[in-house]
Amino acid sequence: MKTWLRQHRQAIAAAFGKLAAQKAAAALNAVVIGIALSLPAGGYALLSSLRNVTLGAALEPQLSVFLRTEIKRPEADALGARLKTDARVSDVRFVSREQALKELQATEGLAEVVAALSRNPLPDAFVVRPKLANAAVLDALATELRAIAGVAHVQVDSAWARRLGALAGTARLAIALLAALLAFGLVAITFNTIRLQVLTQRAEIEISKLIGATDAFIRRPFFYLGALQGLAGGLVALAILGASLAALNIGVSELASSYGSSFRLAFLNAGDALAVVLFSAALGWFGAFLSVSKYLLEIEPK
Amino acid sequence: MISFSSVVKRYPGGQEGLKGVSFAIEAGEFAFVAGHSGAGKSTLLKLIPAIERPSSGAVLVNGQNVGALKRAALPYLRRNLGLVFQDQKLLYDRSVYDNVMLPLAFSELGGREAARRARAALEKVGLLAREKANPIQLSGGEQQRLAIARAVVNRPSVLIADEPTASLDAESAAAILEIFADFNKVGVTVLVASHDEALIGRFAKRVLRLAGGSLVQ
Repeated sequence: MKTWLRQHRQAIAAAFGKLAAQKAAAALNAVVIGIALSLPAGGYALLSSLRNVTLGAALEPQLSVFLRTEIKRPEADALGARLKTDARVSDVRFVSREQALKELQATEGLAEVVAALSRNPLPDAFVVRPKLANAAVLDALATELRAIAGVAHVQVDSAWARRLGALAGTARLAIALLAALLAFGLVAITFNTIRLQVLTQRAEIEISKLIGATDAFIRRPFFYLGALQGLAGGLVALAILGASLAALNIGVSELASSYGSSFRLAFLNAGDALAVVLFSAALGWFGAFLSVSKYLLEIEPK
Repeated sequence: MISFSSVVKRYPGGQEGLKGVSFAIEAGEFAFVAGHSGAGKSTLLKLIPAIERPSSGAVLVNGQNVGALKRAALPYLRRNLGLVFQDQKLLYDRSVYDNVMLPLAFSELGGREAARRARAALEKVGLLAREKANPIQLSGGEQQRLAIARAVVNRPSVLIADEPTASLDAESAAAILEIFADFNKVGVTVLVASHDEALIGRFAKRVLRLAGGSLVQ
């Protein structure tokens, strides 16, 4: 165990030594990997920021049933009781016109508009959540509710949220595909770097094999080198992402404040940032593994 | 210790490096492998650490059929053999000391003991004072002595040298062989390939003479 640890320590030191010996090439590799990784990481950060904005939106289908303004509270209560007994309905929530106005006031950018109103124009309403999200069931229920005396308007609320959800899903898929493609690129970069290292150290590898070094012993520094290169690339990606978001947020905050919003594009949380760096290191290790596995076999003492 | 039994080595293309060679070397023996260039000396020596594999026949080292060893087992075989080559195979981007430390990097020895071993090996070949030098700064004879120090630092039971004196003057060559003789005196089995009959003649040791891939005596 002590020997094993010592050999790993030596391999890490050797990997750092190789990086230090080729500072310019190592820095360029880290920048290339960093740029490649910053694209999907940036897309993910953008989606996360947008998701936080739309988090309050209901993605489950629901119906908003607006009552006529002349309807009194007892009549509204009776309608609510009737809706609750409907077998197709899972939940009913009453939203009074006063509560609706308060919610509207709390909405970013609308506070000034609401304050300018001379009276509350909003009606009492019910938010009805059906048991089934089936479009036919929703339509049938909406038609029935529209026919009830005292109901002014019925709106199927989930459509826009579902569209946004679908759009976000498509964007997530595109980012995943981009990440997969660029991950392949990262592996290819590391593969080639390690290939050059192996060929440069051909004599040392040959001698090591002659004097009894195992393949694992010879491979280890290259694995660490690949992982370190990936790690450096991951850190560069985070730096690029941080700088880009800071620059973008100057414009975004101006635009958002004109709508009365404090929206900003957020950096990755600590867990996601760590995942980017570890993922990058793992890909570097994998690239090194593929390269060393291929080229080490070709070097045999003569 | 080392035995060859009807060993044939045929290279791709059909050329035969060895043609049914049989002999045995006992533990603690010192023997020369003599012959002209192309006689099969290097081929014979390369079969012992399994750098080459026999086409037929058996090569046994300490009772182990090295021709049948799997790739993963070769490092453990080679750790028990000290190998010295005509071209030394040194690392010229490392110091003399680091070159000798190389085989100890994958040994079980701790750092302090490894350093002591490396310096002892350098002292044995007379290079301790030059431990910080780069091998390129050493003469041919000194480089060969460095290669010997690296070969013996793991205290192998067998020392194999392929033309270790070929590029050296007579005095340096004799000094190198004296070092081998010293190791032999402490029980190390030594097998040296050389085409220098005069040099071989100075040491009253067993000679395996090869000609055209066959033993001639």
